[in-house]
Amino acid sequence: MKPQHQHDQKQMPQRPVGSLGVLGQLADFLDDRTGYRALMHEALYERVPGGARWRYVWGSTLVFAFMTQVITGLVLWSSYSASAQTAWESVYYIQHEMTGGWLLRGIHHVMAQAMVVLLALHLMQVVIDGAYRAPREVNFWLGLVLMMLVLGMALTGYLLPWDQKGYWATRVATNLAGLVPLVGPSLQQIVVGGPDYGHQTVTRFFAIHAGFLPATLVLMLVVHLSLFRKHGLCAKQPITRPDAMFWPDQVLKDAVAMLAVMAVVLGVILMPAVRAMLEGRPIVPGELGAELGAPADPSQPYAAARPEWYFLFLFQFLKVFEGWGASGEFFGAIVVPGLVMTAMFLMPILGRWQLGHRFNVAFTFALLAGIGLLTAMATNEDYAALWADRSSFADVEKLLEETENDKAKIAAHFGNDVAKIAAFEVRAKKLERIRHSQSFLDAVAMAKADASRSIELAGRPERIPSAGMLELIRNDALSQGPKLFAQHCASCHAHVDPAAPEAEAVLAKASAANLHGFGTAAWMRGLLDPKQVAGPAYFGNTAHKEDDMVNFVQNDLTDADTWKPDDIEAVIAAMAAEAGLAAAGTAPAVIEKGRGLVADGDRCGSCHTFRDNGVAAGSAPDITGWGSREWLVGIIVDPTHERFYGDSNDRMPSFGKAGEGSAPILTGRQIGLIADWLRGDWYRPAGH
Amino acid sequence: MTRDKTSDESAADRRGFMTKLLAVVCGGLATLPPVLAGVWMFLDPLRRRGAAATFLPVTDLASVPDDGIPRQFAVVADRVDAWTGFAAEPIGAVYLRREKGSDTVEALSATCPHAGCFVEMESQERCFRCPCHNSKFTLDGGMVAPSPSPRAMDGLECQVAKNGEIAVKWQNFYTGIAEKVARP
Repeated sequence: MKPQHQHDQKQMPQRPVGSLGVLGQLADFLDDRTGYRALMHEALYERVPGGARWRYVWGSTLVFAFMTQVITGLVLWSSYSASAQTAWESVYYIQHEMTGGWLLRGIHHVMAQAMVVLLALHLMQVVIDGAYRAPREVNFWLGLVLMMLVLGMALTGYLLPWDQKGYWATRVATNLAGLVPLVGPSLQQIVVGGPDYGHQTVTRFFAIHAGFLPATLVLMLVVHLSLFRKHGLCAKQPITRPDAMFWPDQVLKDAVAMLAVMAVVLGVILMPAVRAMLEGRPIVPGELGAELGAPADPSQPYAAARPEWYFLFLFQFLKVFEGWGASGEFFGAIVVPGLVMTAMFLMPILGRWQLGHRFNVAFTFALLAGIGLLTAMATNEDYAALWADRSSFADVEKLLEETENDKAKIAAHFGNDVAKIAAFEVRAKKLERIRHSQSFLDAVAMAKADASRSIELAGRPERIPSAGMLELIRNDALSQGPKLFAQHCASCHAHVDPAAPEAEAVLAKASAANLHGFGTAAWMRGLLDPKQVAGPAYFGNTAHKEDDMVNFVQNDLTDADTWKPDDIEAVIAAMAAEAGLAAAGTAPAVIEKGRGLVADGDRCGSCHTFRDNGVAAGSAPDITGWGSREWLVGIIVDPTHERFYGDSNDRMPSFGKAGEGSAPILTGRQIGLIADWLRGDWYRPAGH
Repeated sequence: MTRDKTSDESAADRRGFMTKLLAVVCGGLATLPPVLAGVWMFLDPLRRRGAAATFLPVTDLASVPDDGIPRQFAVVADRVDAWTGFAAEPIGAVYLRREKGSDTVEALSATCPHAGCFVEMESQERCFRCPCHNSKFTLDGGMVAPSPSPRAMDGLECQVAKNGEIAVKWQNFYTGIAEKVARP
């Protein structure tokens, strides 16, 4: 009767009433208003020519991987704090303190790598099956753009924890971007957020990683999928089996593949836990999944810097152009990758001819083989020392040291035998590579130690200062002490456990006392040992080699009538107590006795000032508070002060004293860190 | 014939059903880890507890004149915000008030019991007023009807030491309800 009513009739077909449950009625209600059944039908009942195949699963696994990244990424976002002062700190909090944070971050991190592998597989399947050919060219190009978007997300995500690894890798990547002709420097400055790396770098990379790139990717993906549906699946030829429907046959294969991908991802995350369990070690969840290095520090060298493994081939490729200077980097990082991408974009055009298609397939395989080869080369260069037998190069090492790598001397050694020299040079090169690899491995070990120390410090009950983790690390004696010592003290002083196997070799190279355990009873016991006092661990390699102290230890202390063994032990205990490092349980009476002996004008007090024994300064160092922080800082600041060695100071610089028109070598803070480190005075978590 | 075909068909149906079931189960299982890990981490705040209510030194008796007029003081304490530790930081404010000649100090939380805004003192009107929804309180924190606030201002336990140092038991209370209930 009424047209409107008729229209309604058409939209809402009559259904048998009463035969449906509540759910069925609800479904009808929804379908009437959304038409979801038709949509579902459209989505699921796509014809798959020749039936479902495993080779078609890669696209679906990529969508699945992307969805996983969206879910995990959004939750990570809810706890991530993008700034140079809080990025590391918030990632630490996620990884080590929030429930399940390690698992979520682990999935996000490993799935990102899985995605790169899946991309390669998807691309290979498309090229081999010739699925890029007309009319699917545009969709292939879209796929390449999607690939670059995914790689861009991988690159930007690497920085976000703002740890040493991400920081240095990003510096390299952005510097390479600066090589792009004309716009390079501006491009770099825009991405970095200014002339320097900092807050704006983190916020920009975060916006690019979690906003620009995924939003663009979703748009592209929608077009990619709708074009895929428009053209239908490009079936593997020849078709020998009956067609099937996407749902459920292909969906089942896709779902199994997704499950397999997730199983591999979880396997990678949980493998170290299984290993720990088998070896009976405790499982620390925070150590599973994605790594977190030490916080980014532009003032600390980071020799362990490497890009993520899937960019390692590019890193290695750049080495090919090492001798070329800046134009080499431009060629390796911009021109060649640009040409490769261009060749890939041209594939659908070339693929119109059978020969062109064969070329495309060969090109893809060659590309992957090249990437594989470069990756293997990079890995080999870095890890060669792990599997090479360095001891078999002992003769080469010895000869290089003896001849100081002087070509003429080496030639003379081999009696100018050209063949022998050539063979030697080959082995010397191999040794050089092993040494390179070893220094990389050492850097990795150092980076690991720095990382776990940062995490230990971040867990202090006082928590991280508002200035950020870097401030805490820079004031930590355990992490800074060894670096400062290596830089300023180790050219003369050794710092090696006398019981260690390498101790002899290290001590032989030192020209001042071994400071390992300085302030402890063990150190003092060695000093008062007639066999050791003139040895390399004490005064042996110094100007004090034949001074009064050595004479005293070797002649007076050995007189058992004046110095009973108990007396010497008492002196040792008293001196360790001065340092505040006396062993727990040392009897106070013993220390008191030792103090009396040290002050005694006929014993130590004949030269040394000690407490109120009245000995004038200048004849020997004042040993009141010997080995304490204050005493150590004092002697490092100025050993030529009359409180210490005065005029008889050997070669030790006055590290804390300003020279004429020059600042002191070390700041007070640095000297304090060295003193604390030597005394073993640093934060230790409860229970350690 | 017909019978056979029917059993063939029902076998195909069963196979189809198993395929669908397996597809859904596999897909579901694959999606489960990120979803569960996400929910697990997202709910982490539920297991966090605020600092226990403790007496914190605020000021001394001499700084609170005995004229019945409340004065505002900052409450200073060490504070932990997720990963950051702040040493001796202002974490809130209290009003302290002393009647003429009295050594007893009354402490009021500056947090409005209605919706948690910062209650301000109007010295001219000699009352407290919340700038958000105009809750009004007398100088001793009592309700002035009509008020959006369901209860009077929250009093805080207060101790005056022999040396005159005033310490306040710093607590937060649930807002918007008639009863004064401390947050855990």
